[in-house]
Order: sequence, then structure tokens, then C-alpha cells
Amino acid sequence: MLTASEIEDGLEDAMRKPDPVIDIDNLSLTFETNDGPVHALSDIDLKIEEGDFVSFIGPSGCGKTTLLRVIADLEQPTAGSITVNGVSPEAARLARAYGYVFQAAALYPWRTIAKNVALPLEIMGLSRDEQNRRIARNMELVNLSGFEKKFPWQLSGGMQQRASIARALAVEPDLLLMDEPFGALDEIVRDHLNEQLLQLWAKTNKTVVFVTHSIPEAVFLSSKIVVLCPRPGRIYDVIESDLPRERTLDIRETPQFLKIAHRVREGLKAGHSYED
Amino acid sequence: MTDTALAAPSRGLNPFAGLMAGTAGPVTVVVLAIFAIWYVAAVALNTPFQMDMYERGDQTDVPFTQLVSDTLAQERPVLPAPHQVAVEIWNTTVEKKITSKRSLIYHSGITLSSTLLGFLIGTGLGILLAIGIVHSRVLDKSLMPWVISSQTIPILAIAPMIIVVLNAIGISGLLPKAMISTYLSFFPVTVGMVKGLRSPEIMHMDLMHTYSATRVQAFWKLRLPYAVPYLFTSMKIGMAASLVGAIVGELPTGAVAGLGARLLAGSYYGQTVQIWSALLMAAFLAGTLVALIGLVERLTLKRMGMAR
Amino acid sequence: MSSLVDIRSRFDTAALLAGGILLCVVIAVFSTAFEPDRTVFDTPRLALGFGFLAILGVRYSLGFARHMAGDVALGVVAALSAWMLIPVVHQHVGEAASGFWALAVAYWLASWLFVERMAAWKLTNPSLTRAVNLAIPIVFGITLLVLWELAAKGFGIPKVLLPAPSEIWVRLTGSVPILWADFQQTFLKAVLIGYALGCGSAFLTAIAIDRVPFLRRGLLPIGNLVSALPIIGVAPIMVMWFGFDWPSKAAVVIIMTFFPMLVNTVSGLAAADAMQKDLMRTYASNYWQTLIKLRLPMAMPFIFNALKINSTLALIGAIVAEFFGTPIVGMGFRISTEVGRMNVDMVWAEIAIAALAGSLFYGIVALLERAVTFWHPSIRGSRG
Repeated sequence: MLTASEIEDGLEDAMRKPDPVIDIDNLSLTFETNDGPVHALSDIDLKIEEGDFVSFIGPSGCGKTTLLRVIADLEQPTAGSITVNGVSPEAARLARAYGYVFQAAALYPWRTIAKNVALPLEIMGLSRDEQNRRIARNMELVNLSGFEKKFPWQLSGGMQQRASIARALAVEPDLLLMDEPFGALDEIVRDHLNEQLLQLWAKTNKTVVFVTHSIPEAVFLSSKIVVLCPRPGRIYDVIESDLPRERTLDIRETPQFLKIAHRVREGLKAGHSYED
Repeated sequence: MTDTALAAPSRGLNPFAGLMAGTAGPVTVVVLAIFAIWYVAAVALNTPFQMDMYERGDQTDVPFTQLVSDTLAQERPVLPAPHQVAVEIWNTTVEKKITSKRSLIYHSGITLSSTLLGFLIGTGLGILLAIGIVHSRVLDKSLMPWVISSQTIPILAIAPMIIVVLNAIGISGLLPKAMISTYLSFFPVTVGMVKGLRSPEIMHMDLMHTYSATRVQAFWKLRLPYAVPYLFTSMKIGMAASLVGAIVGELPTGAVAGLGARLLAGSYYGQTVQIWSALLMAAFLAGTLVALIGLVERLTLKRMGMAR
Repeated sequence: MSSLVDIRSRFDTAALLAGGILLCVVIAVFSTAFEPDRTVFDTPRLALGFGFLAILGVRYSLGFARHMAGDVALGVVAALSAWMLIPVVHQHVGEAASGFWALAVAYWLASWLFVERMAAWKLTNPSLTRAVNLAIPIVFGITLLVLWELAAKGFGIPKVLLPAPSEIWVRLTGSVPILWADFQQTFLKAVLIGYALGCGSAFLTAIAIDRVPFLRRGLLPIGNLVSALPIIGVAPIMVMWFGFDWPSKAAVVIIMTFFPMLVNTVSGLAAADAMQKDLMRTYASNYWQTLIKLRLPMAMPFIFNALKINSTLALIGAIVAEFFGTPIVGMGFRISTEVGRMNVDMVWAEIAIAALAGSLFYGIVALLERAVTFWHPSIRGSRG
């Protein structure tokens, strides 16, 4: 039996805000290597709410990708706890709760673009009709309609990465995990894809966790920026962006934007000086 | 990814896990398993003949242990047990004089000499041909397709004819066999060397061009060093092929000397132990020769600063 | 690529070849063609043919007909000359003298020049380029055959040593039923069955040990070692175990093809990179789904590599195994017995069949590879 006060607490919690999509509590991850233990992540506390666009930014080796991989159940934490959609990352993965976009497109060269987008759907065992519906919808969402029958190696790098986003979206997850998806692309293509990604986010109201090492990209995209620093990998600063949700590339010239970018840069600098 | 995830937790629980994590432990276990299977198979395959023997000798109720030890000690078993082969090898190598016709070392020496002679000629020819192919467009376009397609042809089938024909015009002994070995080792070396001499990146070739280096200079300073790892890889294949050539070349000579002759004589007279010992000797020879090339490869690459 | 560092040779190969042709024809005109005293002019057609050849050869140096048509004319005349030369030498077997050899060398130089010119052609049409690239080695091969024929007949080499190609051809077309029976016995039974069983069982074994990392680490070095051993030596044992007929040969083929396939499939299954495996993991894909959708397609280039190597090994294994005892049919049996009877032309006919079968087998596997691994950069690149 619950006591009255407990019920009241629970009600209060429920009314205050919905459960966070991702709830990380005191999480650490240590890799054992031949040169001794490496503290990839140390004492991470983070909550990510529904509809957030959260960026992890930091220098290489700060554990931003590792943290994303922990969320995706691609790495197991050695201490602390984490829930995704209120359950363990493994349960979330088995329930296909998220779509994951890698640094490279990782499309299969022996499948056409449409077949690549269909890959997760085949694994989930969806009907052929449902597969075709989702392929058409998501190819259109990333502006790739008409390229269904092409093979990946016949497309440019930017188109390949868009196809891989379509593949992640085809799972129709509420949560999108993106690991430096535009890192290998040139600046002009990257700007263009950033804009498209923002429109997509506005249209679908998904929760996005985005890893990057580009300050303008992080500030332009995010509603919340998490600055990490290395050795041990930890959160240095969490910045809530007050930029409007509707953004165009011009926003990068505004003082508001520059102020946030400045704060991110200061955070990165301070985190970096720690190692010397 | 999943391997490390699976291996990690067991490491703490099992004291042998560390031993089995590399390759040495698993290889040992697999080799032991092969020996075990060999023994079991020897017993199983030799049992029918042994039963026959018992029946003829009116022996009944032979205990199982007796059966096992008898099957492993037949004179002409269907499958000799490893220790029988080991004893045979010991008897024909250490116990016999090297000059004796029954010494396995004598036979191995004969096979080895034609293998090595053929290998040396084949490798030399292969390298020369590769240099020609890389530097001449005509050779590249006319000869290279034949070199490649010649690998799809069962060249070994020619072996008996070369031996017999050369014998007919008075050439016998080492040379005909060495020619087969030459033939077999020469193609892998050519193909590997062509690949190696072409492996320098365009950027490096352009660099040579900016120095206005001659083709000879570009060859010695750039192409050849780049080709060395390829040369060693193809030399290993060539050496193995060369040994096969020497052994097959010994088959049609009327079984006089060499490991191939031992195989043939063994199969004529049903001397299975002799076949297996010759076979293991050939395997040992191949392993040693390839390992020697591997050793030279490591030393060379180390001196060249290319060792990994 | 090589054109970047091509430093023009000081001398011009083509001019040298043309000079050589001219010289040879001149020598031929002024010396005896066949013993005892026949000259080239006793066969006017031949003299005319080689006269044209000399003119076409030096046309570049003289500065006329510097175009593809001239090159083609050179090739055609060279072919006609060879076509006229062969019957003449057939009438005078073993009587060839310096004049004839000068003509043979002239033909050889002319073919070389023709190939040299073909290799230098710059064609814009890709399918025409492919055809020329195919034609060059064929012309080269035909030249070799013609020279073989001329040498064998001109020197009068006894048939037991080296039969001329024409004699081999006559023997081949004359003994089709025997050759077909041998082909059936060796190729259709021993090779194909052994190849299928050997490659198939190695493939299944590879998938089985792939699930157990321990076995993979233990078996792979051994498999690599065994691939370098003279496995063909098991042939006498297999003949003893499985008898003289084709099953013993198929067993040798199985053993020979097993290890290359095993080693290649295991490495192929390990070829999928970490990111692609992570991708499958994010889809909560099970073992079999990952195997079929990712790892097997990824392993296909490796598997086909083994299939190609094995196509050659299988034929060698079956033929050599027949040296250790067969019923009275089979390619290896025929080779070893006809060698004993000094019927060398039959041996060559058998070898020609083996070569044809081996190349076709390899070619079919290679075609299949192109169809299955069309996406692989090595195949994508060559398609342009």
C-alpha cells in the first residue's frame, strides 16, 4: 500500500512534467585497456525531455560518442543508471525505440537506396505494403524521391547521408540519435542538411540527440547544448538555448546566437585547460 | 564488437580464459582434437580387417582393449595411427644412413633439390617477366592475359609428358622435375610482382616525375621497394606450388627416388605407413620452406622499415 | 598511370621492328628457302605476300598510310602470309633453310608490330576498346601457335617430342568419343561433384565455427597452414580407401578445395565493419538476420575468390589423382598411358581439353562473381 503522501508526491511529479525520454543518473564507463583503465565517462547526470534537440559537443576523446552509444545500448555503463523511455537501453533497443545515424552513411552497396531504407523494416518483419508506404514517405521527407532505384555508390556523399537518415526515420521512432552525421561533408552541404534537419524536427516533433564537434552546428540546431570535456569524460556545462524554434541560417549572424556560441567556446576552452 | 562483449565477463571467472584468448591455446586444443579424432578413426577403420584376422585365427571374445591395441599396430592398416607414422619417420630418418635408398631424408633431399632449383629459376623468370610487363604496354596487353588465364589451366597435367619427353631426348634427373617446379612457381610470382610494381600511389609516381627521374631510377627507388611485400607473399605461394610440382614430377619417372616416388611405391604395395610418412614429410618440408621465406620476409621488411 | 612516368625510349620499337621485317625479307630473297635448292621465288605467292609485309612494315618510317587502316592491312597481310607459309612448310618437312627461317622471323616481327600498333590505338568507343583488348592476346596466342607449327615442321621435330598444333588438332577431332568419355569421367563426375561437396561443406563448416570464436581462432591458422601443404599427396590414400573409380578422385578434390574455401569464408564473415554491425544491433536484429542481410553479402567477394582458386585446384586434383590408379577411362589416366605409349599428340589433345574445361569453369565462376558482387569496387570500377 502506498501512503497518501507518496501518492501525492507521485501526482505532483506527474503534473509537474512528463517523464524524461532519457534519464541518466550518476553514470560512469571505464574501458580496461593494456595501458590501464580509461575513464571514458564519469558521473554523468542528464535528463532529456520529449521534443528536445540536444547536442553533445566537446573535443575528441571527451566521450560524447560513447555517451550516445550508451543510450543506444551499443556500450554498457560500468556504474550508475540510465533509462530510455522509462526502461533500460536494452529494452528500448529491442522495442526499436530509436533511430541511429552514424558518422558514415553505412549503406549496403548491394542494396538500392529504397532497399536500404527497407532494411530495418524487413528485420522488424513489417508487411510489404507497410514497407513500401514508409519508404515512400521517408524518402520524400529527406528529398530523395526519384532515387529509389539507385545504388548508394551512384549518389553523392550528402545524398548518401540523407538516405541513411531516411533509413533511421523509417523505423518511425520518437527518438533520433545522431553521431556526427554531417562530419564528413563539406560546409555547404552541411549547412543545407542542417536546415533540412531542423525543418524535419519541427514537422515531426521528435526528440533528437546529436553529437558534433562544430560549435555553429550545435548552436544552430539545438534547444539544449551539453558541453563535455575529456579525461575523465564528463559534463562541463549545459546550456538551454533561448533561440526561437523556427530558425534560418541567417540566425547565425544575430548577437543572441553569438552569445551562446561564445559560452560554448568558453566551456570547451575551460574543459580543455584542465588536462594541462 | 559482440566478441569482446561476450569475452569480457568470462575472463574473471575462468582461470584458463586468458590462456585461451590468444591463438596459441585454441590451436593447441584443435591440434589435440585432430590427434584424438585420428586415433578414433584409426581404430574404427582398421577394425573390420582386425575382426577378419580374429575370425581366421579362430579367436573369439577378444577384449576391447586388445582390439584397440591390435588395430593400432597393424602392418598395413587402412589408416595408420599417428605413433606408427612417427615411428616410421624416426626409423627412416634418424636410424637410416642418409645415403640409404630407404632413408626418408635421402628422398626428401632429392625432392627438395628439384623444388629449390625450380623455385629459383621460376622466381627469377617471374620477376624479369613482371618487370617487362610493367614497363612495356605491348607485353602488358599481349602477355598478361595469358599469364592470368594460364592459372586457370591445369598445368600439372603436363608434368608426366615433360618428364617423359625430356627423358627421350636424354635429359633426365633433376632438370625435368625442376622445370615443372619452375613452371608452377613462375606464374604466381609474375602476377604478384606485376601487382607489387604497380602498387606505388599516383602521388609517388608524380613525385618521381617532378624529379625527372629515369625509368631505371623510378624502378630502383620506388617500384622495387613497394613490390617487396608482394614478392614475398607470391614467393610463399610459388614455393608451395614448386614443391607440389616436384612431387607430381616424380610420379611418372617409374618411382625411383623422391617423396613422390615414395607415395607411388607405397600405393603400389599398399604400404600405408610409408605413404603417410612421406606425406607428413612433404607437409613438414612445405611448412619449413614457407616459414623460412616468412622469416626472411620479416627480417627484410624490418631492415627496410616496413615491418608492422 | 604509367604514362605519367613514361620517358620516351631513345629508340623507336616500331621502327626497329619494321627494319627487322625488311631485313628478313631481303635475306629470304637472296638465300635458299628449303634444302636442297628451292628459293622463295619458287613459290611466287609467298614472295609477293612477304613483299607486301615488308612494305606495310616500313610504311611508318617512310611516312605513308599512318593510320589504323594501314595497321589493319599489316595484320591481314601477316595472317595471309602465315596461311601461305604453313602449307609450303608441310610440303618440305625438315628441309627448312635460312630463307624459310628468315620468313618465319619476318612473320613473327610483323605480328609483333601489329600487336604493338594495336596496343597504341586510341579508341573512344568503350566497347571497341574492350574488343581490341580481347583481340591483342588472341593475336598473340595465334602467333605463338603459328610459330610452333612452323618450327615443328621446319625443323622436322619428331612427333613423339613435340607434335605440331595441326597434328594435335587432327588427333583431337579424330578421337572425340574417347575425349568425351574421359571428360565425363574426370570433369563431370570427379571434379564437379568433388567441387560442390568440398566448397559446400567448407562453407557450412565456416558458418558453424564462426559462431564459436574459440574454434575460429584455433582453426584459422591451421587452415592457412594446410592451404600451403601439398595436399595432392593424399591421392594414393584416397584411391586405397575409395577404390579406382571416380569417388576416390572426388574425395581428393573435396580435401583440396575444403581449406581454401574454409579460410576465405571465415575471413569473409569477419569482413563486415564495426559500424555496419552496430547498425544491425540498433535494429535489434538477431544472429540469422545479421548473417543473411549483412555478413554473407559482405563475405561474397572472399567466397568467390575461393571458388575461383578451387575451380583450378579441383581439375588438377582429379587429374593427378588418376595417376595413382583408375578404371580405363579419365583424363589423367589417358595422359599417363598415352605418354607411356609415346602418343604425345593424344596427350596434347587431352591437355587442350583440360585447358579449355579449366578456363570455361573459371570463366563461369568469374561471370557469376560479377553478377553477385556487382557492388564491389573492384568490379564496379572495371565496368566504368
